[in-house]
Amino acid sequence: MSQAPGNGGEAITITVKVNGKTYTHTIPPRMLLVHYIREVLGLKGTHIGCDTSNCGACTVILNGKAVKSCTLFAFMADGGEILTIEGISEDGKLHPIQEAFWENHALQCGFCTPGFIMNLYEFLSKNKKPSEEEVRRAIEGNLCRCTGYVNIVRAAMAAAEKMG
Amino acid sequence: MGGAVVREYRYIGKRIPPRDAFDKVTGIAPYVYDMELPGMLYVKLLQSTQPHARIKGIDYSKALSVSGVVAVATGRDFPFRIGIYVGDRDLLAIEKALWVGHPVAAVIAESPRAAEKALDLIEVDYEPLQPVFDPIEAMKPGAPLLHPDLGKYRISPAFKPRPGTNIANEFRLSKGDVDKGFSKASVVVEGEFSIPFMSHVYMETQAVIAHYKPNGYVDIWSSAQSPFSARYLLAMSLGMPVGRIRIHVPYVGGGFGGKAGLGWEPLAVMLSKKAGYRPVKLLFTRSEQMRLAPVVAGVKAWGKLGLDKEGRIVAYQARFIFDSGAFGDYTVNVSRTAGYACTGSYEVDNVECLSYAVYTNKIPTTALRGFGYPENHWVLERLIDMAAKKLGMDPAKVRSINLLKPGKSKTSTGARLREDAGDPQRVLEEVIGSLGWGREPSSTDKPWKIRAKGFALSVKGPSQPPDASSSAIIKFNEDGSVDVMVGTGNFGQGTVTSLAMIVAEEFGIPLDKVHVHEMRSTNDSAYTWQTVGSRGLFTDGSALLEAIKDAKSKIKRVASAVLRVSEDHLEIGDGKVYVKGKPWHYIPLERIVMGYLYENGNAIGGPIIGAGRHIAELNTFLDPETGQGTPTIFYTFGGTGVEVEVNVLTGEIKVVKAVQVFDIGKAINPLLVEGQMIGGFVMGQSRALYEELIFDEMGSVANPNLSFYYVARAKDMPDEWVLKIIETPQSDGPYGARGIGENVMIAVAPAIGNALYHGLSVDVRSLPLKAERVWRAIREQNPKLYKEALEAVKRSIRESYKKLREALVVAR
Repeated sequence: MSQAPGNGGEAITITVKVNGKTYTHTIPPRMLLVHYIREVLGLKGTHIGCDTSNCGACTVILNGKAVKSCTLFAFMADGGEILTIEGISEDGKLHPIQEAFWENHALQCGFCTPGFIMNLYEFLSKNKKPSEEEVRRAIEGNLCRCTGYVNIVRAAMAAAEKMG
Repeated sequence: MGGAVVREYRYIGKRIPPRDAFDKVTGIAPYVYDMELPGMLYVKLLQSTQPHARIKGIDYSKALSVSGVVAVATGRDFPFRIGIYVGDRDLLAIEKALWVGHPVAAVIAESPRAAEKALDLIEVDYEPLQPVFDPIEAMKPGAPLLHPDLGKYRISPAFKPRPGTNIANEFRLSKGDVDKGFSKASVVVEGEFSIPFMSHVYMETQAVIAHYKPNGYVDIWSSAQSPFSARYLLAMSLGMPVGRIRIHVPYVGGGFGGKAGLGWEPLAVMLSKKAGYRPVKLLFTRSEQMRLAPVVAGVKAWGKLGLDKEGRIVAYQARFIFDSGAFGDYTVNVSRTAGYACTGSYEVDNVECLSYAVYTNKIPTTALRGFGYPENHWVLERLIDMAAKKLGMDPAKVRSINLLKPGKSKTSTGARLREDAGDPQRVLEEVIGSLGWGREPSSTDKPWKIRAKGFALSVKGPSQPPDASSSAIIKFNEDGSVDVMVGTGNFGQGTVTSLAMIVAEEFGIPLDKVHVHEMRSTNDSAYTWQTVGSRGLFTDGSALLEAIKDAKSKIKRVASAVLRVSEDHLEIGDGKVYVKGKPWHYIPLERIVMGYLYENGNAIGGPIIGAGRHIAELNTFLDPETGQGTPTIFYTFGGTGVEVEVNVLTGEIKVVKAVQVFDIGKAINPLLVEGQMIGGFVMGQSRALYEELIFDEMGSVANPNLSFYYVARAKDMPDEWVLKIIETPQSDGPYGARGIGENVMIAVAPAIGNALYHGLSVDVRSLPLKAERVWRAIREQNPKLYKEALEAVKRSIRESYKKLREALVVAR
């Protein structure tokens, strides 16, 4: 949560593809991926809720896998492909998971929402017909203080249905 | 509205998801956390390493030499105290550090990194003083004093600190004669109860940006529940005109009471000035949040309840000692509320409840969703079940006999409960009906896992000063759409969606044509005291209805001239103003709301704006000696039932079924109401079963992060839900509605406690009901049960082993 990109050591140049666009930046070696996404790329939809990898608000997709971007260094994404919450909808048309979250009132304050959606993005791409139990297990690494999770699980089930 | 006529509504009562969800699911919703201003500086705070110490000196010369550091401030720069109820807070420690974590200096720098680096170079010379960590010790004469100047602080009239002690507030509710009452009792039960400190864990930590401008205006962006209260208190403390301070609140990442009252705005403002009128941002990491920003007070309580042989409550006595930590600013109201509402949903003639907020050298505390009520319900709702058992009576029956009767009973504060306050009796019936109370819980396939049922009732009203008020403004646009200006905040509850639905309903226009800005700004949002206490929909909704009425009458005045009928023959609906009984004789709203243009070019009227307001006209101060009076604008009655599965061998509790029943008068938007009922249950469950801030021997928070502070996760939520909304309308609520946001978590802990009590004959009076505590309680209080479970598990292992051996033989 400190907006402090780590300093020290020799700067590293990385090239990453983020939401379909390729970027090359020179960054401090200890900069966290989440700070790179938020501070360098300016993508503030990826949130920080705990700094200790407990809450999952910072979840993004790196090379097809949902990761907590506060637990990775930015250089670890070098040569990779990142998808953030800003990259899953096109021209204002929502992704089915986003739609399902809205329709099922699966969010209140909304701060944790992008992390849940990105986590489910990977999970639902690999589990076409999950059970509620499996969804619950899939989102165990994400914290939500408002909703009590019930509608998040409902949204995930509805999204699975939509995505066929 | 209301009344006996059942109206068919277009929007009211419909399940409509909030429109702002779009911003939140796409990640574009702005939180202060994310905001940046040109030229903005960053603040980091140096935390005290001492629980109680005189600050002899602070040397920050080395810190100033760090590249990027603009300024360093200490308590000497800001020699004044602030607060909403008791002005006991400093911006940075003044002369004394009061807890490990107390901010003693602030570094303002070009980057957070530079500020952090500079923190390490500040040297503080402490002279340690004797600390006190236990609130009961702190109340004793001769205890180390945290606030020797308590008598000089600014105190809101409802509160009674005791200068010369650590008591920040003392409240007494006294009615009838408790000794006489107890003398008539057939059974008396008493016990000590406790709840630990907890953290709100709103997902967005405290964040504020302040810009003190050279022209004498101040702009603040704050993750806050109470921009108007904060503005007023800030103006008073700084001696500034109120209107020169503008507080802006975008989306807020959760509040739960923790962002109510006055937050970190004053410090940020003063630091902006100190930094040469540049904007500064103050943002806490989760661990900073949990060490220096206000959390939720722990309480040590005692209660004594007497029932006569019919089960009637003849006397109730309770005492609550809230550990307010180093500042009692908002917690004094927590203690007052626990005291004045101590008899819960019941009518009790003989009552004596004492409640204190006490200073200790620990992290300061503030409001939490429902405050005062979760604490007093944890005592009373448990004692009722104990007394019922002793009397050999069904606890549901005992409750039924003693429930407040709307229109007849007097509440704890001696005020008659209004006729349309709700139907507590039906709430009780629905809870026990849905829970299947009286029927054995289902058994599990593992004999060491035991199912048990329990329930509790709850009541909740807003805890606000009698003159707390709200307002609303609506203005029409050229296309007949409406901009709604309210003050009530938008941190997830969805109140603004319900308010928009009211506007759409009243004018008969599509919901898409009602616009509520996501940002609140004290300079152009309508005033509301605070967004707290489940009051938003009731108070701001009432103000909004008055604003709608105002706009309608202005529209009718113009239409009356055009249609040549008197105003009282006109009606508004379907986006039109029309002649009563002749809906074909109408003017579309868009042709009138900006002024009506005749064919010859004459125009009349002009843009329509409606204004409305709300104040609780019947509330009073409470008598300083007896606590009697009218403290609240409504009481929402509710109840919670649970079926839990307890692993007797580990003490783990799994909630398998949750029943939530509330009489909220009218569900404007049932989807949102259910959102509160579910979310509040899980928050209540989390507090009941898991959450606890742990303090080390220095009074320092030992688990200031989410690795060591457990919050309920998806796996913990109940499998089965029964959510019931009862609608007994209250005539002065919008469409009959009462508030719901807080009551939803109040009865969860006592319901689970009662389930353990009935199902396992285990009585645990301290929260959280964590596995180890429950495991110990089972072994101590019901060793037979434990032994049987142990035998059962051994048997099961033996059988599995036997089967495995047989399978191996076959395999060979």
